[in-house]
Amino acid sequence: MTGPATVFDKPTDYIGKSIPRSDASRLLRGKGHYVDDIQLPRMVHAVFLRSPHAHARIISIDIKEAEKAKGVIAIYTGNDIAKHVKPYVGVLSHLPGLRSPAQYPLALDVARWQGEPVAVVVCSSRALGEDALELINITYEPLPAVTDTLDALSSESPLIHGEYDSNLAWKREVEVGSLDKALSGDDVIVIERQMKFGRHTGVTLETRATVCDYVPGDDELIMYYAGQAPHMLQFILAKHLSMLEENVRVVAHDIGGSFGIKVHTYGDEIATAIIAKLLKRPVKFTADRLESFVTDIHARDHVVNVKIGVRKDGSIVGIGFNDFTGIGPFSMYPRTSAIECNQILNLTGAPYQFEHYQAVGNVVFQNKTLMCQYRAVGHPIAMAISDCMLEEAARVIGMDPVQIRKKNLIPDDAYPTKSATGMRFDDLSHHACLDKLLEIMNYDKLLSDQEEHRKKGIYRGIGFVSLVEVTNPSPMFYGIGGAPIASQDGATVRLDAAGALHVSSSVTEQGQGTNAILQQIAADVFGVSIERVKVTTGDTATVPYGGGTWASRGAGIGGEAMLQAAYALKEQVLSTAAVILQAKAEELDIASGEVVLKSSGEQKISLGDLAKIVYYRGNELPNDLQPELIATRHYRVTDFPFVFTNGAMAAHVEVDTNTGLIKILHFWAVEDCGRVINPQLVDDQIRGGVVQGIGGALYEECVYDADGQMQNASMADYLVPMASEMPEITVAHVETFTKTSVLGAKGAGEAGTGGAPAAIMNAVNNALSPLNCGIWQMPMTPERVLRALGKI
Amino acid sequence: MKAPDFSYEKPNSIPGILSLLEKDELECQLLAGGQSLMPMMNFRMATPKTIVDISGVSELSLITDTPKAIEIGAMVRYCELQDSDVIQKFCPLITMVIPHIAHPAIRNRGTIGGSIGLSDPAAELPAVLLALDGKVEVSSNKGIREEPANKFFKGIYETACSSNELITKIILPKALPKQKFGFYEISRRHGDYAMAGVCIAQDQDLTVRVAFFGVAEKALRIASIEKVLSGNSDFSQSIIENAQNAAEDIQFEGDMNAGPEVKKHLAKVVLERALEGIK
Repeated sequence: MTGPATVFDKPTDYIGKSIPRSDASRLLRGKGHYVDDIQLPRMVHAVFLRSPHAHARIISIDIKEAEKAKGVIAIYTGNDIAKHVKPYVGVLSHLPGLRSPAQYPLALDVARWQGEPVAVVVCSSRALGEDALELINITYEPLPAVTDTLDALSSESPLIHGEYDSNLAWKREVEVGSLDKALSGDDVIVIERQMKFGRHTGVTLETRATVCDYVPGDDELIMYYAGQAPHMLQFILAKHLSMLEENVRVVAHDIGGSFGIKVHTYGDEIATAIIAKLLKRPVKFTADRLESFVTDIHARDHVVNVKIGVRKDGSIVGIGFNDFTGIGPFSMYPRTSAIECNQILNLTGAPYQFEHYQAVGNVVFQNKTLMCQYRAVGHPIAMAISDCMLEEAARVIGMDPVQIRKKNLIPDDAYPTKSATGMRFDDLSHHACLDKLLEIMNYDKLLSDQEEHRKKGIYRGIGFVSLVEVTNPSPMFYGIGGAPIASQDGATVRLDAAGALHVSSSVTEQGQGTNAILQQIAADVFGVSIERVKVTTGDTATVPYGGGTWASRGAGIGGEAMLQAAYALKEQVLSTAAVILQAKAEELDIASGEVVLKSSGEQKISLGDLAKIVYYRGNELPNDLQPELIATRHYRVTDFPFVFTNGAMAAHVEVDTNTGLIKILHFWAVEDCGRVINPQLVDDQIRGGVVQGIGGALYEECVYDADGQMQNASMADYLVPMASEMPEITVAHVETFTKTSVLGAKGAGEAGTGGAPAAIMNAVNNALSPLNCGIWQMPMTPERVLRALGKI
Repeated sequence: MKAPDFSYEKPNSIPGILSLLEKDELECQLLAGGQSLMPMMNFRMATPKTIVDISGVSELSLITDTPKAIEIGAMVRYCELQDSDVIQKFCPLITMVIPHIAHPAIRNRGTIGGSIGLSDPAAELPAVLLALDGKVEVSSNKGIREEPANKFFKGIYETACSSNELITKIILPKALPKQKFGFYEISRRHGDYAMAGVCIAQDQDLTVRVAFFGVAEKALRIASIEKVLSGNSDFSQSIIENAQNAAEDIQFEGDMNAGPEVKKHLAKVVLERALEGIK
């Protein structure tokens, strides 16, 4: 990476330090400004009637009674809304063969999942709107629901889309080497398992919400948005509502978590925008928790038949698997519902060296809520496939799980290199991370503790995972396939007349502290006190163009753009200062808001004074000097499709073999996300990610009955880990800077979620190993553990 | 998830509450702590025309130490039970159980009368009432009656209290020095409704009462287990096994987290662990 290499020549003031987030004080005082806080004059509420059936033909919709109900302003059916929107299709050209029918915001003739919007009441209040919903009379003809992923592929299965010959949306096969032949070798031990991963979802504290306002004179649509990718949504609204892109403004204020849930196109949100346009007044839609459970994208839902071959010395010969994943009735627009499966095919076994790999992915339609990208897309499945099978292999051949890892992990001095699946890696540190992990967890002591407890009939287990994480994606992720999703991001840095910095960025803040690290980078690189940096993100009218925050790209891509912009502004300021001070620019520096002499640190002119000369008293400057006290820079990853990070994690668990309950005693995570910009924020990203991984491993599952009815769509019944279920999570770092940027930062947001489930499953199976049983299904519920133990 | 419109009344006396309950056309629903009623209304599973908030009657919030019993007003909240020295001294089983009921935010609002009156099969307090052989004081315009615990719970969300009656007190015998109590429950997360749970009381004369919750359509005592356990000063492994075998008499009802087979298994586990706890 070429660029201002001098940035890190001297000690930093802010980068690398746990600077408290400047927005924390405001948020903790209850002064957050979320979408549902927005109250606009003449605002009305969109209230959606949703299909109670997983699959049903809509015979008739009678809205006469509802139209007379108190507060009702308008009622629209699916066909009414469809007239005002171009349908969307969730396919991408770099996923050849992926198919999905055109989708409209509301169901037209057939509803295909429980929760699909069918009609919408526009009303003076949400409560009155819910009263009116009860008066809408819909005649449905229930159709057979397709729920089980494997049954959906049988030739006997009902079809969800009559125009297709089967319920298969996409299939991809990868073959490297010749697995079958390699596994048939005499010295190869082959282990086969069926692994299952339940459906779960993101459960954001702030549910999905939007307020859409339409300004007729300007033909302008403003969408207040609780999401991650404002520019993507700007494009989508313009395209599908047939508007000029510049007349669509998407604004994200504070956001209460997103986890990938809020980066997709939801019919109810698009319909709300259409209604605002039709009624020419602001319309609010806030999903309630029940709606969130049946309409927010779900994730995972995989059945994987997997085999691994190892030699007696523990070396991996090859891995093969067949993955079946259910995605609901459509592929989600615009990112598609095939990316998770694609990631699994790309990433399984990625930390290890082996020659033979055979993987098949089957993406299958079903009558359930749509499945799409949620935190750590595909990673928990990919890591569990290889790491749980690797530790099972270790048990079978009688080898320590750490030794078998060390035997197979790609050596730290092997980079740049490629995985068996062709993923290009650089700057990874699997062995260093594992060594650090063993050091902080005191593995030997845990082993003796395990031995002692087994004598007392207490079953404790230790499990590991070595992982890679896709971060800082290049255009190869979405843009190449035709998606309106920017892979580059921009940052603008402006000096005001008081000497303060105003910075803006196209990456977004969802509660994780993006704005805080942008502030740290700008202050540090430019040379002002962090209190003098104001950050703006989330508004398409004011921020540079870019992709937003997803795939762990905020720090690595948005941060690098901010570094480059701050450095560019610094050069501009110093060249202006050189003229004013009659000095050489290269002899000057900026520190604590003052232009100083590099050699002595002597203060020459404050930034405020310099800016006032430029802005107010330009007459003091030479006529040929027109200073720019603003700079914008953009950045995209060019050298690699993605910048991979890696890490090593371990779980210590106790399994109560009489109740089937699993208690996590301690969790350790060592992560190499390159340069750590704010250790506190990174550690808490890791911890939060681990907790969502614990959710997937032990608690969270969208339970459906055979008719496609979700059984646990409430916070009482859908179990997320709470404080009592969170173990101590110890986090440590190895820092291998990525060479793709000056900043050297990789992403850190998803590693915990990607790695924790495999480590926990390994720990549970390690605990159960003296009882000669194992569990291969997540979440590992008490009932499933008791069944594995043969207790019921 | 917004409740439909309803009227709201907050009487300041028991007669005031009872006279509202007499008016069938008001379709009254009593509001105590609201920890079950409010979600049910927001889900539109409960659609009362009139909410009668009983928190305005101070005598319903009293814990009274009488010579014979401890009388707990229906509006006494979980957190007040938890903090009460009288409860700790004379109803130690309640003190053992309260930390397992949900979380502090819910315990700050939820009430004993609400829990007894709802008869959720997985709630703890109905089983406590059964194990302690307490009584429920029920008031109506016709007068006051006392319903023994073992006749109070009729089924899931069904009790001996009718729609024009108000639970005014829970009456519990005072614990005696040689009485022993046991409690154990299994839930997937701390504070969740139990997958299986049991409350046990052993009297001075070695009579044992065993009340399960979370395993059947209501909290219930199991006579066959009580018979096995009564008369024993302590519980040997073989007595525990006999009691576990007797647990098969329960008509197990599954829920989302555990089918009937799992409930049967877990009922035996909680029984054993509760008995071990009172050894």
